[in-house]
Amino acid sequence: MSRYEVRLSGAGGQGMILAGIILAESALDNDELNVVQTQSYGPESRGGASRAEVVFSKEAIDYPKVIQADLLVALTTEAFEKYGDDIKEGAVVIADSDFIDADYKPAAKVDYYSIPIINTATEEIGLKLTANMVALGAASHFIPDLSEDEILKTIAARVPAGTEEKNKEAFKAGRRLVSEMKS
Amino acid sequence: MSKAKTLLLQGDEAVVEGGMAAGADFFAGYPITPASEIAEGFAEQLPANGGKFIQMEDEIAGMGCIVGASLAGAKAITATSGPGFSLKQENLGFAIMVEAPCVVVNVQRVGPSTGLPTSPSQGDIMQAKWGTHGDHPIIALSPSSVSETFDLTVTAFNLAEKYRIPVILLLDEIVGHMREKITIPPADELEIVNRKKPKPEDKDNFYPYEETEDLIPPMPDYGTGFKYHSTGLFHDKTGFPRGKTEDAKKLMDRLMGKINNNLDDIIHLEDDLNGDEDVVVLAYGSTVRSAISAVNQVREEGIKAGWVKLKTIWPFADDYVRKLAEKVDRIIVPELNMGQLIGEVERVAAGKAEVTGINRYDGTLITPADVVAEIKGAL
Amino acid sequence: MDVNIDKYLRQDKMPHIWCPGCGHGTVLGSFVRAFDQSGLDQEKTVVISGIGCSGRASGYLNFDTLHVTHGRALTFATGVKMANPELNVIVMTGDGDGAAIGGNHLIHSSRRNIDITVVLFNNNIYGMTGGQFSPMTPTGDTATTSPYGNIDQNFDLCELAKSSGATFVGRGASYQPRKMIKLIKEGLLHKGFAFIETLTQCPVNYGKRNMIGGARDMLKWQDEHLVPDKKYEKMDPEEREGLISTGVLYQVSKEEYTDKYQQVINNVMAGESNE
Repeated sequence: MSRYEVRLSGAGGQGMILAGIILAESALDNDELNVVQTQSYGPESRGGASRAEVVFSKEAIDYPKVIQADLLVALTTEAFEKYGDDIKEGAVVIADSDFIDADYKPAAKVDYYSIPIINTATEEIGLKLTANMVALGAASHFIPDLSEDEILKTIAARVPAGTEEKNKEAFKAGRRLVSEMKS
Repeated sequence: MSKAKTLLLQGDEAVVEGGMAAGADFFAGYPITPASEIAEGFAEQLPANGGKFIQMEDEIAGMGCIVGASLAGAKAITATSGPGFSLKQENLGFAIMVEAPCVVVNVQRVGPSTGLPTSPSQGDIMQAKWGTHGDHPIIALSPSSVSETFDLTVTAFNLAEKYRIPVILLLDEIVGHMREKITIPPADELEIVNRKKPKPEDKDNFYPYEETEDLIPPMPDYGTGFKYHSTGLFHDKTGFPRGKTEDAKKLMDRLMGKINNNLDDIIHLEDDLNGDEDVVVLAYGSTVRSAISAVNQVREEGIKAGWVKLKTIWPFADDYVRKLAEKVDRIIVPELNMGQLIGEVERVAAGKAEVTGINRYDGTLITPADVVAEIKGAL
Repeated sequence: MDVNIDKYLRQDKMPHIWCPGCGHGTVLGSFVRAFDQSGLDQEKTVVISGIGCSGRASGYLNFDTLHVTHGRALTFATGVKMANPELNVIVMTGDGDGAAIGGNHLIHSSRRNIDITVVLFNNNIYGMTGGQFSPMTPTGDTATTSPYGNIDQNFDLCELAKSSGATFVGRGASYQPRKMIKLIKEGLLHKGFAFIETLTQCPVNYGKRNMIGGARDMLKWQDEHLVPDKKYEKMDPEEREGLISTGVLYQVSKEEYTDKYQQVINNVMAGESNE
């Protein structure tokens, strides 16, 4: 695999940076796979646009940030408008259907998944804070060379103690949302 | 015997790991974005290893505190970013004058003033050299990856201890906050340098600032009976000011000499050159990554290009760049500032090679495409 | 009192640079006598000073000594004490060095209750630089930077130190060297942050300019205005007007900072939490 670029975007406080860290750390034990994770956020810890980026490659990763995303996840309209067009031809775009118009047609030809990310966290898992794990589950479906088990193991290690099961459940729900659409 | 361990770490966290590996046992500082992770890491790790962490009332106090700790025998470090680096300058000069080994980390953000606190910059290159008033020697290192941050933190401590000088570690926000895999070598594989100390029997005939052959006087810890004096005033070998102008010249020459006589040991750089380059990209910090990517791309198109990565920013690699300028047509210097280190390259190239810059100062990175365009424009 | 103070002074640095009539030598003399009486180990003692007339004190003292940047002596002292709590750490500072540029460090060192003894030479003026007003120059007085009278308010440094958390606060004066020796000795032996303000006269740049007169007149002024703390306590607010209390003004026993940090180290190393 040459570069595979992932951009997870949302509002500050939605946990997209933690999702990015978990995604990157899941590649830790895979000796074949290099990974670089970066983020961009405002000076405060809540609100504003926030994004995490993860670049995977079997070769050395020079430029650390996303140049054109292979995979974009957007939880807010603002994030979608900001990054929606900065993607590769044929990229996967996952957007929250409650906030982003399902009829959205990006400039480039993309594989578009409009799914209820935050709603699934709130209604199905019963914990809005797990929206980032729902998003991560959905995204994980497309990332080459990274197994579901590796990500689940990292989630258990990285999320606050006592919330491991909820977060893993959220991850699986996100993954299911995408596989249902694909089938 | 410890084993190598592989972790996913931020550059800021790698400073903590590198510091602990180098034997750091003291941190004093003040919280500031994007360097707070360094303070947080030391706050956790130092006491667990018998070391000391103290959060001071301001940036100035953090700098004073590590110099005091250093004189008491500690391997001390502080970390800050632009606004705090500005505040630390006076006591940094004091550390140079009393020759107190210590490490000062500056995770650069966009300035001036409060600037862009969470965005990367390389705007403090010249401040690292000239931030404190008066002529003075300084060592500044700049890593381009998380692994290199670990390595250069160890190097920073080693050079500080060996040459009795504060060493500045210049990260940029990208290197400070980005996460990469890093394999931390076992402790017994690292070379650790500790300051030279006088022998107890030298107590009665001890001159704390004596002009020794290597120009680096041995340094006793406080409380070991040497009862010596240090001051920010120009002083003679006894450590006291005599108010004589020749003492100023003598001390300044020694302070500069101890660094200038050891440039080969202090200047660290890497390059990828085939010897037939038309154009070379000379970079440092996170910008190196785009330089390497761009050079690899254009080489595939048959363009004769190479790259140089400076790990030591100060003292500047005069001899290396001078020879480089004699061999190549053009040197490109990408920087996340309006053009700082390029002035040094131009000075040393002295017209022998054309020198051009790529400059970003809006908190965004220079991309490989930017460097490719400049390389092609340069041909 | 017949003690050999020579061993605490760097004889080759004499004579000192302080002006004739200056009270700083009296404070320094009181300090070395107090140190001798304290029984502390000279070789385990570090004296740190800043900039100004008081800053020169460290150079005359035969200890490990450090003459640092303006106002920052307490920051260096904190580093020394934290790095090696076995050392006795003493800061010599002035009213400009310690109360103006270094005021924040005084507040926060007091707050930590770190075991440092501060001797602040208060001569109500920036003497070394030629007589500019300091935070301790009384309102209305003349200085080179207040040629029409000082409109700033001065303040009570002992109250500042006390309210900031210092566990030993005292005030002495060059007119009363014996009392000052006793006071400094108690400060040195106090475990915790000890703040000692010493009133000292600057005839050249303060006394003469403000019609108080020369050194003799200034000491006479002290005699007329100093009241022992015990007596001061019993006075009515009207009676206290214009008077200055001396002696140990405040002392409590409270856990010291480096001891507390050592406890953190012990707990963490034993694998326990801080709770």
